[in-house]
Amino acid sequence: MDPITKIESCTIVLPTKDIDTDQIIPARYLTTTSRDGLGEFLFHDLRIDSHGNAIADFVLNDPKSEGCGILVAGHNFGCGSSREHAPWALLDCGIRAVVSTEIADIFRNNSLKNGLIPIIVDTQTHQYLLQNPGINLVIDIAAATLTLPDGKPIAFPIDGFARYCLVEGIDQLGYLRNQLSTIEQFEKERSWMP
Amino acid sequence: MATAKTLFEKVWAEHVVVDESPDIPAVLYIDLHLIHEVTTPQAFALLKARGLAVRRPDLTLATMDHSTPTTPVTSFKDLAVVGAGAANQIDQMEKNCAAFGIDLLGFGSEQRGIVHVIGPELGATQPGKTIVCGDSHTSTHGAFGALAFGIGTTEVGHVLATQCLLQRKPKTLAINIDGTLGKGVTAKDLILAIIGEIGVDGGTGYVIEYRGSAISTMGMDERMTVCNMSIEAGARAGMIAPDSTTFDYLRGRPRAPQGAAWDVALTRWMALQSDDGAKFDKTLDIDASELPPMVTFGTNPGMVVGVDEAIPAANGDPSFRKALDYMQLEAGKPIAATGVDVVFVGSCTNSRLSDLAQAAEIMRGQRVANGVRMLVVPGSQQIKKEAEKLGLDQVFLTAGAEWRESGCSMCLGMNGDTVAKGQLSVSTSNRNFEGRQGIGARTILASPMTAAASAIAGHVADPRQYLR
Repeated sequence: MDPITKIESCTIVLPTKDIDTDQIIPARYLTTTSRDGLGEFLFHDLRIDSHGNAIADFVLNDPKSEGCGILVAGHNFGCGSSREHAPWALLDCGIRAVVSTEIADIFRNNSLKNGLIPIIVDTQTHQYLLQNPGINLVIDIAAATLTLPDGKPIAFPIDGFARYCLVEGIDQLGYLRNQLSTIEQFEKERSWMP
Repeated sequence: MATAKTLFEKVWAEHVVVDESPDIPAVLYIDLHLIHEVTTPQAFALLKARGLAVRRPDLTLATMDHSTPTTPVTSFKDLAVVGAGAANQIDQMEKNCAAFGIDLLGFGSEQRGIVHVIGPELGATQPGKTIVCGDSHTSTHGAFGALAFGIGTTEVGHVLATQCLLQRKPKTLAINIDGTLGKGVTAKDLILAIIGEIGVDGGTGYVIEYRGSAISTMGMDERMTVCNMSIEAGARAGMIAPDSTTFDYLRGRPRAPQGAAWDVALTRWMALQSDDGAKFDKTLDIDASELPPMVTFGTNPGMVVGVDEAIPAANGDPSFRKALDYMQLEAGKPIAATGVDVVFVGSCTNSRLSDLAQAAEIMRGQRVANGVRMLVVPGSQQIKKEAEKLGLDQVFLTAGAEWRESGCSMCLGMNGDTVAKGQLSVSTSNRNFEGRQGIGARTILASPMTAAASAIAGHVADPRQYLR
């Protein structure tokens, strides 16, 4: 994975609460064996009507969203299924960070493993971001800060190990494989076998 | 004296290969890796690209359930997979399992079924195990006192290659449920009520332990229903301490320990209880005795109401408004007045023998209302066979319902079984998200009994009116 240290981009705002992974990418698009090209299906049923036409008032169809890589979403974004197709689809559409007051557990894990940065902010910051779509934010991964246009950096929580892997471009499987001798030892010494 | 530990802490501690530190998560050993055709192809591709083997194929169990059709057939040779994508996925699964030496319970296997149904059914799911699967409803297996949770495809690759995961220790939430569930009120109603109470993010960051007399008097099928929907409250996992009900269920199952190994396992399993005085990060008490059958009215599993109650008034929240608009339901109106087009009994939440028997109890001698399509989809081929032995298939068929092959079916509309746009479905599955059962489909989650009563009535109905 390529190292990710900084994201500087405008925001797209999707204020709805509890946006689930079925809305991010409907299950019928999961009959793929690849992780590429899923952007086409991102928010499919919110973005495209049953005649195949773009739904004009959906934010991703707004020309102003073009080129914006930070999604500001309502509380509890990414709830529901474990499909990693959700972060894959977001990344394929150029989304590189998701900002909310809560991001669901499995989605957050999946995002971090693919270089999509999940960012939890306080309610006040969230409100400001929801009310000001399109503003430019700077996300510094190493410093774990989000900087608003006024220049004020806001710290966000991120697991230290996940951050290290993102900044250094380290893939976690490599780390785990380096533990193989310890894993073998554990298997030999445990008191019962599964 | 040793510190009092929760059930979760005991299972966690037994599987830590490398302790967690502020800098690095724990390396956690996985005892059972369940895999299916939808969330594995990209993980196998990664292994191939790096020239890696599956480290413990003996701890990996594969089946096909999500994109497989459930159309009734007399021979599996006749099973027509819907769509080229699904067909390719199924083909890849067969090839990958063969190439990596993994036991696949595929088409033609009498042991095939929904991954969260067959793990327990085969006795592979056992107390004290760590169990993962690329599927969020892996929490089901916690009903046996296992630590079981859903993972993404990258992590599926980690487990295939190393049998381990990097994990931060979650917090613990005890939900104590006392009181006896009323007649016609089931485990599904209880878990819907719990999600309604704590919200769809109320469990985020926690492993829930369900405790109390309402849980200990439940059978395993019911306990699985409760743990299954832990993820719908955002929890990492749900657990229930194993007891004689658990042990009786597992004894003699093909993958459970046999002979002397059984006695050894049993001794170990009996210690898997939260110690007296063990501290949970949070606790919640629920009285089960006053609960009515519950149904959802919105577009997430936390938007619930008693089947005999009215849809709550709009609360000014735009997401609430949006949900009611999508559902085409009106605040203040009784939910029971809602007309039904489709009824689905199935999914990893409610497709086990007792679920089917409960639905059949309501259906016996009745007819599915005109204009309603009802699908009954057993959770596994074994359940299908057992239900047929009891004549349950005939109850459903006589009533005018469809009796199908096992699979995930209409729970997630990716296998040919879908709800048409705008149609209303009363479903025993776990998610009423927008479009989950088909584009524009409207879903009301309910118990098998409520689903059956609604099929007969042609509108959302209180199953208590149909109990004899």
